[in-house]
Amino acid sequence: MNQNRRHFLKFVGLSAAAGLCFGPVRGLMASGGPAASSAPAETAAGLRAKRWAMVVDTRVLNSAETIKPLVDVCHSQHNVPDIPGNKNIKWIWGAPFHEAFTDMNTNYLAEGVESRQYVLLCNHCDNAPCVRVCPTKATYRRPDGIVTMDYHRCIGCRYCMAGCPYGSRSFNFGEPRLNLDLAKLNKEYPTRMRGVVEKCTFCVERLEAGKVPACVEAAKGALLFGDLTDSGSEVRKALRGNFTIRRKPSLGTEPSVYYII
Amino acid sequence: MQYGGKIITGLVIFIGLVTFPLAFNAGKAAYSQPKLKMPAKEKECIESAAFMRKEHMQLLDSWRDWALRDGKRTFVNSKGKSFNISLQNTCMKCHDNKAEFCDKCHNDAAVSPYCWDCHIQPEGLKK
Amino acid sequence: MLEKALRGSPKYWGWVAFLLVLIGAGAACWVWQLTVGLKITGMNRDVSWGFYIAQFTYLVGVAASGVMIVLPYYFHHYKTFKHMVIFGEFLAIAAVVMCMGFIVVDIGQPQRMLNVMLHPTPNSVLFWDMVVLNGYLFLNLIIGWICLEKDRLNLPHPKWLKPIIYTSIIWAFSIHTVTAFLYQGLPGRHYWLTAILAARFLSSAFCSGPAILLLVALLTKKVTKFDPGKEAIATVAKIITYAMCVNVFFFLLELFTAFYSNIPGHIHSIAYLFVGAHGHTGMVPWMWSAAILAILSLILLVPPKLRDCQCLLPWSLGILVAATWIDKGLGLLIGGFTPNHFEQVTVYWPTGPEIMISLMVYGTGALVLTILYKIATEVKQDLGVSQKIECACEKKEESAAQAPEAHAHAH
Repeated sequence: MNQNRRHFLKFVGLSAAAGLCFGPVRGLMASGGPAASSAPAETAAGLRAKRWAMVVDTRVLNSAETIKPLVDVCHSQHNVPDIPGNKNIKWIWGAPFHEAFTDMNTNYLAEGVESRQYVLLCNHCDNAPCVRVCPTKATYRRPDGIVTMDYHRCIGCRYCMAGCPYGSRSFNFGEPRLNLDLAKLNKEYPTRMRGVVEKCTFCVERLEAGKVPACVEAAKGALLFGDLTDSGSEVRKALRGNFTIRRKPSLGTEPSVYYII
Repeated sequence: MQYGGKIITGLVIFIGLVTFPLAFNAGKAAYSQPKLKMPAKEKECIESAAFMRKEHMQLLDSWRDWALRDGKRTFVNSKGKSFNISLQNTCMKCHDNKAEFCDKCHNDAAVSPYCWDCHIQPEGLKK
Repeated sequence: MLEKALRGSPKYWGWVAFLLVLIGAGAACWVWQLTVGLKITGMNRDVSWGFYIAQFTYLVGVAASGVMIVLPYYFHHYKTFKHMVIFGEFLAIAAVVMCMGFIVVDIGQPQRMLNVMLHPTPNSVLFWDMVVLNGYLFLNLIIGWICLEKDRLNLPHPKWLKPIIYTSIIWAFSIHTVTAFLYQGLPGRHYWLTAILAARFLSSAFCSGPAILLLVALLTKKVTKFDPGKEAIATVAKIITYAMCVNVFFFLLELFTAFYSNIPGHIHSIAYLFVGAHGHTGMVPWMWSAAILAILSLILLVPPKLRDCQCLLPWSLGILVAATWIDKGLGLLIGGFTPNHFEQVTVYWPTGPEIMISLMVYGTGALVLTILYKIATEVKQDLGVSQKIECACEKKEESAAQAPEAHAHAH
């Protein structure tokens, strides 16, 4: 008697578990997209490229004073909180030579080069380690080369922060709105929530609207932005005409940000 | 029966707890759909009101992936009209008050979507 | 069999109550962390992984170490381990539960953690870590429970369990290799970017894990009638000693490569840990203590007379666990992130709430271990195996050995 009851209960339990699995699957299959075929399309006004890149003219952008307007416009446009201390968040900032180019142990640097400040931001690497390690594809590389974030999917594991060799990423340790001036928010761009990682996204929302990134606009020519695969673009012209370096090139990440020294 | 007193007492308490909502709401007015503050200028939403009421979450879910992951930010609705895919800059341009529109139904349905943790409600955030 | 965990002496319930209080206190801190975010921890923009992930890494090693008991018994029919195997498997279960606990308390959006399964990303090592850890948990649950259940009923183990057990042996090596791959594939983190990181992880696991197992077994012997047996203890101690020798040797290999090549990237993290950098010397006393304790543990374990001395063994094992824990539970993570990518030092130290939450996870693991070991020791008691003899004089030992038992000793 006991064996039969046990057998029956096992059967009922398994069937119930199987039935529970079918329900959501049917639900998933039923809901299609919106009413009509409304396939989305790329915005007509958007800027397009096969591989976006940036060239920084460090002869012009060379001090805290010249770099600060870029930081201010980026951080205010993207509602980046201002957090004091070492749990801070920054998308773009300035740093001295030996912090920016740690693998160049050159002593006796050229005059001015050592004392300059260098604009640091996400390098949007072609072979980005952060994209390789993200377990949910919350950070991913777009076909146009931009490494961007889907804050909805990020689980805050911070593996991308461990993977990035350039320290470009910041984590929201707490609620960012506590460190934002709520009266001065850019209402056309969201804030982030606590528990997700954020970084520069080469202003994908501005590119869609046909505008260059905010820092490029604010730099008034000291930051060049364009298509690396187009030999006639500004960035390629600058790269042909000037000696440039990238950060930590031996790591094979293929960064898209070049520095004219 | 054995333990009859305890069983019946337990049953009575259980039935009392289970039917408490019915007793509590007896005599009160039936549930009515909340009055939403509709947009002043625009009369037509992305899709019909019936569709949006049922499917706006699925639509926003698709929008998010199209805009972020596919880089496609223009949406053509069933009537052929184009919209820019953006919660804050399209939807909230017309529905410009979260408390008077979104929250009304969400509160009644006891749903608290976390969109607003990031997307800024158009009426602004209180300090 | 679970009912065996529901009946116990006042000491047993006192221990369970203590664990529940510990878990409760830690849980209160965790609720606070869920509300305000990870800013209550000591982690920062530069040291973005800290105490939680370090404990996770150490415990994956402890979980993998069950294989040091299972492998000799199933691959080489080393009968001495017959009654210890279940304890290795149960320790693995408790350790994996703690690993998962530490991951959950570390991620910024825990309610989204199923995204790792909903959006599988095979190029991410973290995805594979999730796969192998869950797999290992299920393997050990199935194997441990079924074997123990069959033993209790004096039935033979089902034949289909053998391939699953063989899989779990290979799987054990894989869980710690995959965890090492989390670290050793990251460009720019020079403390971790070494091919022998996986080997170091495994050697550290195979000394610290069995050491913890042995310590818990000796403690179990004190508070129950369970006795693992002198020969089993001696063999496990030998395995621990060899593994610790390899562990220390591998660390010395790292030192040679870093300091003989003189490449700054290789040197800087080790220098920060052992000498300090930019005036920050917080880690220095810890790392030197770990080094001294490691050598001391070898001095106490290598000579057979000292290793077999039952009074000294718990201390030697405790010293070994302390040394390996400092190396993996503190040095590995902090050293990996310091100096940061700008050659600057940002100091990290766990905060009080961080430690409380960690104690919650450790308490949960201890509770799982207590329950599982209670069941296992009671089953062994019912079967009359591995039981303490009341008087330790030789005559009684001989007569107990001659008594007919259901299982043969190695001959």
